[in-house]
Amino acid sequence: MSHLPYLAAGWIVIAGLYGVVTSRDLIHAVVCLSVTQSGTYVLLLAIGYRYGATAPVFSDRPPHGRPVTDPVVQAMTLTDIVVGATVTALLLALAVQVAKRRGTIDPDELRSLES
Amino acid sequence: MRARARTLLFAAGAAGAAALFTAGALDLPHFGGAVHPYGDRAVHQALRESTTNTISSVNFDQRAFDTIGEELILMASAIGAVVLLRVVGKEAEDQGAAHRHGPAEVSDALRIVGYLLLPVTLLIGVYIIAHGAQSPGGGFQGGVILGTAVHLLYLAGDYPALQRLRPIPVFESTEALAAGVFVAMALAAAGAVPALNGAVGVEVGCALVLLIGKFFEQALLVREPPGGTS
Amino acid sequence: MILQLTVAVPVLVAALLATAGRWLPRLAVDVAAVLAVAAVAALAALTLTRAPHHAQVSWLGGWGPATDVGIPLVADPFAAGLALITALLTLAALLFSWRFFTEIQAIFHTLMLLFLAAMVAYVYTGDLFDAFVFFELMSVVAFALTGYRSEEPSTVHGALNFGIIQSIGAYLTLAGIALVYARTGQLGLATAGRALAGTGGGHGDALVTAAFVLICTGYLVKASAVPFHFWLADAHAVAPTPVCVLFSGIMVPLGVYGIARTYWATFAGLVPLRAIAVLGAAAALLGAVMCVLQHHIKRLLAYSTISHVGLLLVGVAAHGPGALAGTAYYLAGHAGVKGALFLAAGALLNRHETVDEHELRGRGRGMPVTGATFLLGALGLAGLPPSGLFAGHAVTEHAAEELGWWWFTPLAVVASALTAGAVLRVWLGVFRGTPAEEDPARDGRDHGGQDHREGGHEDPETRPTLRTLPWTMVTPGLALLIAALLAGLIPGGPVGAAAAMFTDRDGYAGLVLDGRVPHPHSTPADPWTASGVAGFLVTVLLAALIAVYAVRRRASERTGGEGVLARAAAAAAGRLHALHSGHIGDYAAWLTAGVAVLALLTARF
Repeated sequence: MSHLPYLAAGWIVIAGLYGVVTSRDLIHAVVCLSVTQSGTYVLLLAIGYRYGATAPVFSDRPPHGRPVTDPVVQAMTLTDIVVGATVTALLLALAVQVAKRRGTIDPDELRSLES
Repeated sequence: MRARARTLLFAAGAAGAAALFTAGALDLPHFGGAVHPYGDRAVHQALRESTTNTISSVNFDQRAFDTIGEELILMASAIGAVVLLRVVGKEAEDQGAAHRHGPAEVSDALRIVGYLLLPVTLLIGVYIIAHGAQSPGGGFQGGVILGTAVHLLYLAGDYPALQRLRPIPVFESTEALAAGVFVAMALAAAGAVPALNGAVGVEVGCALVLLIGKFFEQALLVREPPGGTS
Repeated sequence: MILQLTVAVPVLVAALLATAGRWLPRLAVDVAAVLAVAAVAALAALTLTRAPHHAQVSWLGGWGPATDVGIPLVADPFAAGLALITALLTLAALLFSWRFFTEIQAIFHTLMLLFLAAMVAYVYTGDLFDAFVFFELMSVVAFALTGYRSEEPSTVHGALNFGIIQSIGAYLTLAGIALVYARTGQLGLATAGRALAGTGGGHGDALVTAAFVLICTGYLVKASAVPFHFWLADAHAVAPTPVCVLFSGIMVPLGVYGIARTYWATFAGLVPLRAIAVLGAAAALLGAVMCVLQHHIKRLLAYSTISHVGLLLVGVAAHGPGALAGTAYYLAGHAGVKGALFLAAGALLNRHETVDEHELRGRGRGMPVTGATFLLGALGLAGLPPSGLFAGHAVTEHAAEELGWWWFTPLAVVASALTAGAVLRVWLGVFRGTPAEEDPARDGRDHGGQDHREGGHEDPETRPTLRTLPWTMVTPGLALLIAALLAGLIPGGPVGAAAAMFTDRDGYAGLVLDGRVPHPHSTPADPWTASGVAGFLVTVLLAALIAVYAVRRRASERTGGEGVLARAAAAAAGRLHALHSGHIGDYAAWLTAGVAVLALLTARF
């Protein structure tokens, strides 16, 4: 089953989505969104992995020794993590304000915006 | 929609999406394989530029434009949090509250550890940033350490001291300034990896302090007058 | 260098304003922001004039095709044109908000400049992952701008829904990009396209299908195709008016651009586009119906955006240079008309503290310019010649006929007639109607609290509430409207050539990698067809009927008396309203189902 890591990434994405769909709490929903995003980290890193390889850092070893894992996906994951953290912060700020203005963060109790 | 209908709709959708992803993933190259064309090119170019941490080379040199976007996202969300979490309308900032959270009843051990670790953690943050071009580390990682180090003061139970140490307006300005400097440097001279690392470190650190600071304010200081919820 | 400057100028001015905004006088902030945006517009216009003849490609940091790493910025004529439209809309929005939001430093201006930079970079970038990053920047700025007036309960709720749904879409896009990367070892649109074409043997396999569907999901969320559209009305109804101009005018259509660019540069010929056509057509119809059912004017305009952007999606899915040329006209016309209509709605809000159609009844009589904007805007949405929407409709219709898509013309006519009819109804009621007798419920509105919005009252965006409209609020809307109504006069030759260039995958790769401007064979777009003019006449007639019927029916509702049909219609409308519940779980479930539908329609079995 050499494709299992990719499928695990897909499973994490779906699990996060399930959390958002069934959430009874907006903070919980925002955290589930982060779970969804973690799936993309796993996918990216799984794609860049190479058996028997080491980290792509050459500070203490010669350039043509052991193979290294793919640095591009790691850089992409790093970018993705920062994006995810900031989006989460912004969404949590919104959730704080929803709690203050509406007095609840249960999506079932928030009135529709449709007039 | 009722909860049951919603779950059913999701189940149907998730089944379809899972089938799609599984079919696609089975066509992927085998996990752990040896073929990574872009990765090999990136390593080659990084070593040519003698940036031994190839990830830093990708982030700050080869694909510096991604990082520009990312820095701007950070800046936008820090500014966004300032807007969203500002004191509005009937709310009022309870100035006295800072002192109620002031030197609090925490154990001496925690207090001493907090005060002692603060300078050490700051130093580690600077080190991680400074060595980012050569060894594991970099502006993001070091910036996060810097940003959290400041909050050891809160753990030590001294919220007023924390407030004195991080005047929000100064951090707001510095954060934006660092972002501007980073963009200008990345566009004019991509490849100056250590300098770019430094700018990112400053920005990430300031943005983190700003974000956490705003949440602290909401949690500790902002009070609504009784009956004023709307 | 020009392309880099187009992104760098707004970013650097934004950083400057964020740094020093709290000490600068308001006038300096306004002037700096407006000058920066004007500079972007000038740079984009310069790029547009050069793009057809000289390759406008810039590799950042000195990397390039020789090293096989790095990120290109690429401006073909359509990309440059979009950047120009973005800059002009931002300019109009900033001028309109000259007297807005006096209290919070320069943050509004900073965010608007970052928004502009994000959109320009997204349009210009020739790299899949870079597109994702700037797509996210666009979204983050949009969340912050939507929630800007965070003291209103519905504002933060709408912004949060917007944020969660949009982020889910973006992460799925990233997953799709990861699949492309794993297959090809490339992230460039052009290089990945070459690699995919080399391996697929003419048809995409399951991985290519999955990658395309996942990438499209995020872009379709932005483009608000059904069933990804729920966030849009929530966000538009609550965002500040000048921000709505940018959302409707350009941010949502940029989702369509993302699909078109990704398809033609990378996936051309490997996957079918029928899923895009189906979801776009559904959006065109559902958006139009929901539009007629609204009486909150900003929400009404938001649903009309869903409808019109649905038509744009159908135009892209029609899969050829002809239809794409038509789509470009349509996009330009829609951006101007919708921008002008939102600014007019903003004028009503700041003058009367509400954008509820019923409350505003007859109160627009003292605002001739705003009234004229609504009338002309309605006619523009119906496709008044020589507006961009007229030209777009005629050109796309011609291309669709050649494909045998007989349903396109009826769909476009019905969708345009419903949305134009709704706007026309607003005009009849607000600017021609007689004021309603004072509603007793409105006296209770000052109690604040949970009932704050029940009477439709909203806080104005200016302080104090305006007695008369300053010229900074009138001129931008007028300029946008006039530009949109004349956009159909843009000569068809260059537009056709640009469309041919856009739909030429090898040409795009040659442009990016070798710096050669492609000159594929092209046919000039010709908007002036008899069926196009006939289409407008039918649309405007239908729209007038819908508007007059709606006004009559409202009058008869007041006197009581309702038929069986009317009750059934009301029940159906209730159902539709209930569907748009504002519940984040519902929206996410619909999104997941949408991915499954996309997959079903795209897969080859």
